[in-house]
Formats: sequence, structure tokens, C-alpha cells
Amino acid sequence: MSAKERRIILKNIDQHGYGNDIDTYLEHGGYEIWKKALQRKPEELREEVKRSGVRGRGGAGFPAGMKWSFLDFKSGKPVYLVCNADESEPGTFKDRQIIYKDPHQLIEGMLISAYAITAKLAFIYIRGEFPDGARILERAIEEARSKNFLGKDILGTGFSCEIHVHRGAGAYICGEETGLIESLEGKRPYPRIKPPYFPAALGLYMCPTIVNNVETLCNVKHIAEMGGEEYAKIGRPGNTGTRIWCVSGHVRKPGYYEFEGGALTLGELIYDICGGLHPGRKLKAVIPGGSSMKILRADERFKGTDREGNNFDFALEDLILDFDGIAVSGSLSGSGGIIVMDDTTDMVDALANVSAFYAHESCGQCTPCREGSLWLKKILHRMSHGQARLEDVDLLKSVADQIPGRTICALGEAAAWPVQSYVAKFRDEFIAKAENQAAGRTNGDGGISDRVQLV
Amino acid sequence: MEDVMNLKKETLQKIDEVIPRYPEKRSAVLPLLHLVQEDQGFVSRDATEWIAEKLGLKPINVWELVRFYPMLRDKPVGKKVVRVCRTLSCALQGSYKTCKTLRDAFDCKLDGNSPDGAVTVEFAECLASCHTAPVVMVDDDLHEHVDEEKAKKIAGEILNGQPKQGGSA
Amino acid sequence: MNDDKKQELITVYVDDREVRVPPGTNMIEAAAKAGIEVPHYCYHPKLSVAGNCRMCMVELGMPEKDRATGKPVLDNEGNQKVMWIPKPAIACATKAMPGIRIKTKSDLARSCQEGVMEFLLVNHPLDCPICDQAGECRLQEFATDYGRGYSRFVEEKNVKPKRTLLGPRVMLDDERCILCSRCVRFCQEIADDDVLGFVDRGSYTTLTCYPGKQLENNYSLNTVDICPVGALTSTDFRFKMRPWFLRETHSICTESSVGVNTVVSSREGKIHRITPRRNDEVNDTWMADSGRELYKQVEAKHRLLKAVVDSFETDNVGGAIREAADLLKGERKIAFVGSGRSSVEEQFLFKKLADQAGARLTALVGRVAEGDGLLISADRNPNVRGALVTGLINELPEAELSDLEDAIDKEEIDTVVAYNEDLSAAGISEQQLAKVTIIYVGTHFNETSARARVVLPASTVFEKNGSFINQQYRLQKFLQAVPGRAEGQDDRRILAGMLAEFGVLVSPEIDDVWAEMSETIETFRDIGFMKIPSTGLLLDPPSHLRDLRYPEGGSLHYEPAKEEASVT
Ligand SMILES: Cc1cc2nc3c(=O)[nH]c(=O)nc-3n(C[C@H](O)[C@H](O)[C@H](O)COP(=O)(O)O)c2cc1C
Ligand code: SF4
Ligand code: SF4
Ligand code: SF4
Ligand code: FES
Ligand code: FES
Repeated sequence: MSAKERRIILKNIDQHGYGNDIDTYLEHGGYEIWKKALQRKPEELREEVKRSGVRGRGGAGFPAGMKWSFLDFKSGKPVYLVCNADESEPGTFKDRQIIYKDPHQLIEGMLISAYAITAKLAFIYIRGEFPDGARILERAIEEARSKNFLGKDILGTGFSCEIHVHRGAGAYICGEETGLIESLEGKRPYPRIKPPYFPAALGLYMCPTIVNNVETLCNVKHIAEMGGEEYAKIGRPGNTGTRIWCVSGHVRKPGYYEFEGGALTLGELIYDICGGLHPGRKLKAVIPGGSSMKILRADERFKGTDREGNNFDFALEDLILDFDGIAVSGSLSGSGGIIVMDDTTDMVDALANVSAFYAHESCGQCTPCREGSLWLKKILHRMSHGQARLEDVDLLKSVADQIPGRTICALGEAAAWPVQSYVAKFRDEFIAKAENQAAGRTNGDGGISDRVQLV
Repeated sequence: MEDVMNLKKETLQKIDEVIPRYPEKRSAVLPLLHLVQEDQGFVSRDATEWIAEKLGLKPINVWELVRFYPMLRDKPVGKKVVRVCRTLSCALQGSYKTCKTLRDAFDCKLDGNSPDGAVTVEFAECLASCHTAPVVMVDDDLHEHVDEEKAKKIAGEILNGQPKQGGSA
Repeated sequence: MNDDKKQELITVYVDDREVRVPPGTNMIEAAAKAGIEVPHYCYHPKLSVAGNCRMCMVELGMPEKDRATGKPVLDNEGNQKVMWIPKPAIACATKAMPGIRIKTKSDLARSCQEGVMEFLLVNHPLDCPICDQAGECRLQEFATDYGRGYSRFVEEKNVKPKRTLLGPRVMLDDERCILCSRCVRFCQEIADDDVLGFVDRGSYTTLTCYPGKQLENNYSLNTVDICPVGALTSTDFRFKMRPWFLRETHSICTESSVGVNTVVSSREGKIHRITPRRNDEVNDTWMADSGRELYKQVEAKHRLLKAVVDSFETDNVGGAIREAADLLKGERKIAFVGSGRSSVEEQFLFKKLADQAGARLTALVGRVAEGDGLLISADRNPNVRGALVTGLINELPEAELSDLEDAIDKEEIDTVVAYNEDLSAAGISEQQLAKVTIIYVGTHFNETSARARVVLPASTVFEKNGSFINQQYRLQKFLQAVPGRAEGQDDRRILAGMLAEFGVLVSPEIDDVWAEMSETIETFRDIGFMKIPSTGLLLDPPSHLRDLRYPEGGSLHYEPAKEEASVT
């Protein structure tokens, strides 16, 4: 069944004997595309990326070519490229595979991207919890330098480019691109207000800067190889190329799987690719794009009209796996992290777990997210520890409604969307929690001893 | 000042290597914090001031970071730091139990040290290995599928002083 | 219309009110110009924009343009259509562009304001009755205007440090802090003393000084002024007086020739504090801590309160004035030592008196020290330029009165009128002092007053009206904040009284003094005391005064004139 997979980025990863050293990479044709790219004009490469339609894989799905076109070249300031390897959206673990197992693919992709946007200095911002990953990348960079694929006057072309690895230290907010930039500048990673601080004009050191995800930058390598037009033929329009989906939670074969855009449905992924649920369990809910995305209930129906004007009426299993396919559900495919929950999951506890994450990771800069995220966490913690009140159900919604759209960065949405969606879609469970607890029907130990503790 | 710090020669060398990588010195503060912590186990007040001076910053500029990032520590911790992922995918697979097992094994409170100060067990947020949940990091090494039984095994190895390499990724 | 063109004003709309502002104007300021307050905490006109409190969220509308042609899209009535952006925008980071609109009272704006207020209050102690910010607290104010008025928060509030001494003059209550970062930005951007910062994160974020360091720079109290809540308080003013009892008087700081604009707060004749008053051309919204202490001179122990004649205190000030005048009559060889701390009006009358008495020498005591580059200039006299314009002196003063010393030694001077200046501090030796008859007019006892034949008690800057000319040649006025403590008369009356003894009748009323000055001094032509705006009036001094080599270096809104390139 994995036949349906189309591995471009993951092509060599996990193949027997494929190491993360440069010799292996060269044996597999490594850096050939870089050599060819160096013969082309940067603007041509930017045009290829634009034509490819490739959308960012870090979360927001913004077309990379368009983002690059916003770069303020006229300022005369140096341009920087930053690879976002902070991978910290819960449920996401694709960048780890690339970094640990095929680092040269990322470096080649970065070099091509840097050349395309005329950046002579690039950074890989890697989360602190990947210490080995940082070492692997450092070594890979040294190997590439020793072959003059990077450094000064690369392969005699006159183009020079350095890449440095910069380690984070345990903060999800460093994945938000302007928080990342502040962190890289040595400050508290407080995301910047936009306007005026759009990275393409006022990014790192107030210079034009592009921040792209690991997977996005790897894709650039393949776009350079096959040409934007050819790349755009992979997948569906608006969802070109492949995507790596990370599946975790209650499936039999969790893991990472790469597919062309729109190649299969969520149901096929869960049941065919990931082996379905554990025996005797039923599907209860799916988070389709990292834990900040709105949750989907197993028996929901998604109705609407697509771009061609056709009406659709999908069950959860029918959702098509790509950006637009998931978006019809009212949720988003985000970072590609799919978390599956079966019928043993207590939704109040699950939400309490998720909310604890966002409260812990809120940088604390702006009021709605700082205070709202902790308030939500406190309510949910209380609810899952034997003191739920009926009025909490509406209170949760009302508090969450006061956050999104009103914060400096999208962590506000990330803190609010789960609460809004869990409460809306599993309202009965939240009410039942309060009613049972009011009736004294709680388990000892705050009511969590006989179920898997989530919070 | 370098004497006060008693940093290893390699650390000092790396520090000097890393600073010129950045167009602006201040950017080197996080790398320096990592290097100093790797060398000394934590970032002391002296180290904070030393780094500030090294980079032309004020101590508060460094202190603000030490106290922002969970991986940086302003107080000594156990020789072994055990970090159990508590986030959703791991929790669904029983990481709370894993954490309790480890805490019991070392007799330490959550986010606290074992009585002899040798081991610290704490929760971490999603370690980006959700498909091999529950996961645990022992210092730099990732351990996957750490159920109760495996947790006990890991604890035993640590207690017997024979740290086992975890399979990374 | 012409005027608008000159300043390139554009039209923006706040709650449908039209207002014309320069392009790029912050929309909080544009709204204020339209008479509408956008509630805000973190925004401060003199600091960088942080955009963190989110209190200033408004609805934002852009004039619609055709994408292809760039031409305005019009509605049926021919007005340009407005595209309202569904997401609220923060007004403090929105700049005025032609035709943009904000709504500050729409349902969305209201809901945002209420939401932020509720969030700010969930972890706030809300113990206004015992908080010394009460009455001046933006949180307390907005809580009634924009809050929901009841609490839905039943969880435990965060616990943070209370009553931390940040430095000798500033106290911090972290539980009241709303993390707006104004104080941090002030220390970084204005005071250039990076000691404050935030530790921990999320809702547990806490304002702190680096352990072992203190917020002790000479501008620390500005953080108290700009803290929108009661998190930062002054150790001096704490709990002394509820702000709503205080009377406020505009004044000028006498610390240096910067002429910082101030507000003196008093109650029942007692001054409780001095705070900065905004003047965008002089001190913005800041002032030094040291200047805030100066009111203490009013009640200083060595304050001169009574006239003294031949070592005997007397209640008869008129008699003492007569005694003084008598000492100046006859074959006297007199020197007049004036003060750069006196007002323009006093200097004018003092000069007049010197002329009447046939003074052989007039001098001023110079006070030059290092400037701090911000709001304390090198010239520690607030009004040397006043003495120049009134003609009391023609050159810049020296710290040491060496001409006077010489003259006393050569017995060319036998009588000295010292106006609020201590001659011994200005270099006159004991022996020299012993050789002359001294008349002293001043506010405090000193060596000179102790040796004076006649001592006349004068008023401090807080006890009278007057004006100073600062380093920019800006004429600035100060008003009487408290009744004079000194017996009888204030300075102008003393000087007018002495002049009367010489048969010269002048009115001591400030308007009358100005009427005469504006007639006789070209620089003051057409100026009257009442005509001086509260932010001062820039004078155009004669070129020989402009070209003097003043001691001041650069400070906040002052750059010294460039010296002519020297010929090599
Ligand atoms: C709170 C938050 C966390 C984020 N974390 C990550 C991350 O870990 N990795 C990532 O690539 N993008 C992350 N993003 C998205 C980045 O801000 C940015 O959009 C992305 O790096 C752009 O790369 P792309 O265009 O290639 O997707 C995060 C965004 C937010 C708001
Ligand atoms: S939304 Fe949250 S994480 Fe983002 S800047 Fe505001 S407080 Fe920080
Ligand atoms: S800071 Fe303001 S709202 Fe808070 S207790 Fe003081 S007066 Fe009340
Ligand atoms: S102490 Fe006051 S000024 Fe400083 S951050 Fe807190 S609320 Fe703002
Ligand atoms: S949830 Fe534990 S690794 Fe992602
Ligand atoms: S005033 Fe604080 S966000 Fe605008």
C-alpha cells in the first residue's frame, strides 16, 4: 500500500546503507543540482520557484516564490536566508528525519535558495532538543566546505556563501519567524509587530530576510532540478509537489509518509497507510495539522462547493490530503502533523494537555495570549482534576474567542483554536464532565486514575 | 575574568570561533550560553556577567535569556538530566506514567533532583518524535517507545552508571 | 489651504470625524487631535512602539483602489469606497495615510477593549484602595470605562514579588505590573542604562533588575511617571498624598540651562513633588531625579526668613530696605554681583538698581560642570542668557569673581551687593570680605549673609512668578506654586523698594516690568509675561550674544552652534 507514497524528499531516507555523510550523498548525485544552479541567474531560479507554486511547509502554507518576491533588494542591505528547523509544533517530526538522516539535501537546498535570493550568509535555527541534529549539520557543513560547495568563491564561480547552525534552547515561539529572528539576534524571542517588521524588508538585523521551513528548502532543490513547471505537475493545482505527513497517536503504524498533493484521503492515510486503529477501538477525532489546528470529529460532515463549482459532502475519511483538501473542513493542514485519537480519549483531558502546552510556550509579550492561554489552562486543569463546573463550558469558549486575531503572532490562534473547536465539537463531553463531577461521580485522584493520564 | 570562570580550553576556543560568525556580536549570546552550560553544567551569575562582558552587553540582557529558555539553567542540576515528553502524542501513549516511573526510580520530585543530586527528572514539551511515543531524552540522547518497562531499564542503567546510547531519530 | 500645503497635511477619519495630520502620524495621536482618546498602555509618544498591550485595537478601513489602474473605487454617491479590514489593528502601529479610517467605538473595537481589560485584570491584585497609584491609574480608569465590571476568573492568581526596591528611589510591585515594557524601553532608549528586563515567560513574566544591580541612574523616576499602573512608585512620594488632593503649577527646573518644564504639585502651601511637563522642544516628557528634589530648598533649615540689619533680625523689611539703600548712597565704590538663578525680571531690576547706585562693577557667578548629555547641561545656572539679554552682564560669567577680588585688593570697591550668591564660594577670601560692606539679598544663609550688614530675605522659584531664558534662547515662564515663606516681600518688591529709595518709581508687578522691558530691550519687543506660551518662546538674540562661546555641549533637543572651521 505504501506504493501510493511518492518519496521525493524522503527518497533516500531510511534506505538501507544510506548514511548522512557527504560520500553517500555524492554517490546519490549530491550537489550536482547545486553545480548546475550556479550556472544560472538568481532571478531565473526565483522564477522557477514561483512557477513551481510550492507552498511553505512550516505551517502557514504561504507560496515560497511569492514570499521571495517580496524581498526588498532595493534597500542595498545584505539579504539573509534562515532555515526554520525549530520543529516544535506538537505532532510534527518530519524535519528531524531530514536533518538527522539526509542533512546534505537540506544544505544543497539552502545553497540554491541562498544563491537565488542573493544571500551570502544563511543560518539554520535548530531547536535545542536536537543536539545531535546540530552536530550532524555542523559536520555536513564542514564536509561541504571541504569540497568547496560552500564558503568562499564556491567552485570558482565567485559566489560565496556561509551557513551556520544556531541552536535554540527549548522555546516553541522560536519557530515563529520573527520570534526566531529576535532569538537569532540574541534577544528574548518576542515576535515582532507586523506592520512594520515584515522579514522580507526588515528581518534579521533589520535587513531583508527569508525564513523557510526545512522541508520547503529541500523542495527548492528538486524544483531547481526538474524546473518549476515540471514540479507544478506533481500534486494538485495550488497543492503542488509532495508533502510529508506525520502521523501519531492512536494508529497502529504511526510514522512519516510522503505523498503527492491530493493523492489520497485522510481515511486512506489512517486506515491503509497507518494500519488503522488498535483492535477494538473506534476513531474519535483527528487533529489534521499539528496540535494548534482545529480538531475534527470522526462523525462530522463537511459540506460546501469547490472551486469548480461542484458540491461536496465529505466524511472525515473523505478529506483529501493537501492544503486545500484539509481546509474544506474548516481546519488546516498546518505543519502536516496528524494526531489520531480513538474512543478511549477523554477530550477534556486532551484539551487540557494541549492548552498546557500553549500556556507554557506563550512568550508573554502581548496581553490576550499571555493571560488568555494561562487562564484557559487553569480552567481546563481544574476541570480535568475533579472540579468542572457547568458554566466552564461557555466560559472556555468566551475566553478563547477573545484571543485570535488580536495578538502579535499566531500563537494566539494556536492557543484559541483547539479550545474553540474541542468545546464546540465535544460539548457533550465537557458538560458531562461537569455534571458527573457535580454529582460526585468522579474517580479518586482528581478523576484521572483509571484512564490514561493526559494532564 | 577567564580564570574566574575556569572554562576548559576547548570551550574558550569554541567561544572565540563562534563569535565572529555573526554580523552582530549579540547574536552569539545563545551559543555562548550553550557552551558555558555544557562546560559547567549550568549558567552561574558569574558566567552571565562574563558572557555579557564578552559580547559588550549588560548582564540583564543575558539574564533575560537564561530565564526565558527552559534548557538553560541558572542553578546546578543533576549530572543526568532526564526529560520526559508530556505533550499530547506522548501523553496518549502513557508518558505521564513513564515520568512517574522514572521519578520513583530516582526518588525525585517532578522538576526536581534526586536526593543525592545526581539525577534530575523533568517534563519537556513535544520532542518532535511523536511517532515513537512516549519519548525521553537522557541528556542528549533520545529514547523511544519508553513504556514503564523500558523506563525501569533506563533508570537501572543510569543508577548503575552505565549510560546507554539512545537511538537518535 | 495654503498652510496645509506647507505642512503637507492629509485627511484621515477617526469615528467619522475628519482630521488633518502630517502623513505617518501615529493614529493614536491623530485620534487625540480629533478629540478622541484611543485607550492605550504600552504606547508612549517618546518611546519606540512595542504594540504589546493590545489595548489600542481599532477597526481599520482603507480607501479602496482598483488593483489594475490604482484609481479610487467610488460608491453610488461618488465617494471613495472603504474596505474595512476584518481583523482589528493596533492604532499605535498604524500610521496615517491619505483617507484611512479607524473606528474606536465599533462593536469589534469595544469587544477588543473589553477583552484586553479582562485579561489584564485576571492576574491583577485590584487593591486600588491601598494602592498609591489610585487616582492616576490607567488600569483603574479603563476598568470602569472599558471593563465588564465583574470577574469570571475563579482560578488562583499568579503570585509575584511585591515591594521590591529597584533602586534608591523606585519601588516595584510585580503583581501590579502589566508588562507594557515602557520602563524597560525608557532605560534602554532614553537613560542609556540597561538594567531592567523581564525574566521567565508567559503570564509568569516578571520585571526585574539584574540581581545585584540597581535602577539608580539620575533619570530613574521617569519610569515611575510613565508606568501606566501602580507597579512602579517613588519611594519618596509613596503613600504621602493622594494625587487628587494636589494642586498643580507649571514651573521650570533650575538645575541647568536646559530649562526642563515641570509641574509642581502642592497642597496647602506644601510642595509634595515635582514631575516633568511635556515640552517636545525641550525635555520631551522627562526630567532628572535630582531636579525633583529641589523643592526641598523651600523648607531647608538654613532658609532665610527674616530681614537682618547689623546682625539683628527685624520684622521691618521696609526699614531694612531703607538701610540697604542708604549704604549705597554717598561716595561709595560699589560692586553688584547678580545671579544666573534669578529671573529675567529680577535681573532687569537688579541691573536698573546697579545703574542707579552707580555701580563700578557688575558680575554674575558662573556655574559650569559636566553636562550629562540629556537634560542637565554644563551651565548649571538656569538663566545666564537672561542676564545677557537684560544687559546685566556682557560676557559669559566666570566661576571665580577675580575682577572683584582685584578691585577689593586695590580698594576700588568697598561695598558689594550680592544677589543670592555666596561670595566666598565665588572665590572671595575672608580677608577680602572683611574689607567690604555687604548687602545680601537671598533665600538661604551662607558665609556672605553671615557677614552682611543688611540681609533681605527673598523667594525661591516656587514662591514667585518669573521667567528664564534657556540654552536655546527659549524664554520660559514659571508660576508661583506656594505662598512665599520669607517675611514680607518677594524679589521684585525688594528691588522696586530699593529703587524707590533712589527716587525711581517702578511697579513690581510682573506685567509692568515686562511692559518696560519690551519697550527698552529689542529682543523682548512685543513680549509680555502673559504672552509667553506654556512651552516657551524662542527669542532672537542679537548676534553678539549668539556668537559667545557658551559652555553647553549637546543635550536632548540642543546642539551647540558649530564653531567656524579654524584656518590652518
Ligand atoms: C507559534 C508558531 C510556531 C511556529 N513554529 C514553526 C516551526 O517550528 N517550524 C517552522 O518551519 N515554522 C514554524 N512556524 C511558521 C513560521 O512562522 C514561518 O511561517 C515558517 O517558518 C515559514 O516557512 P515556510 O514558508 O517555508 O513554511 C511557526 C509559527 C508560529 C506562529
Ligand atoms: S501571541 Fe503569544 S507568543 Fe505571540 S507575541 Fe503574543 S504573547 Fe507572545
Ligand atoms: S495599579 Fe491601578 S488598578 Fe492596580 S491596584 Fe493600583 S490603582 Fe488599582
Ligand atoms: S513596571 Fe510599569 S512601566 Fe514597567 S512594564 Fe510594568 S507596567 Fe509597564
Ligand atoms: S508529543 Fe512527545 S514527541 Fe511529540
Ligand atoms: S498601545 Fe499597546 S498595543 Fe497599542
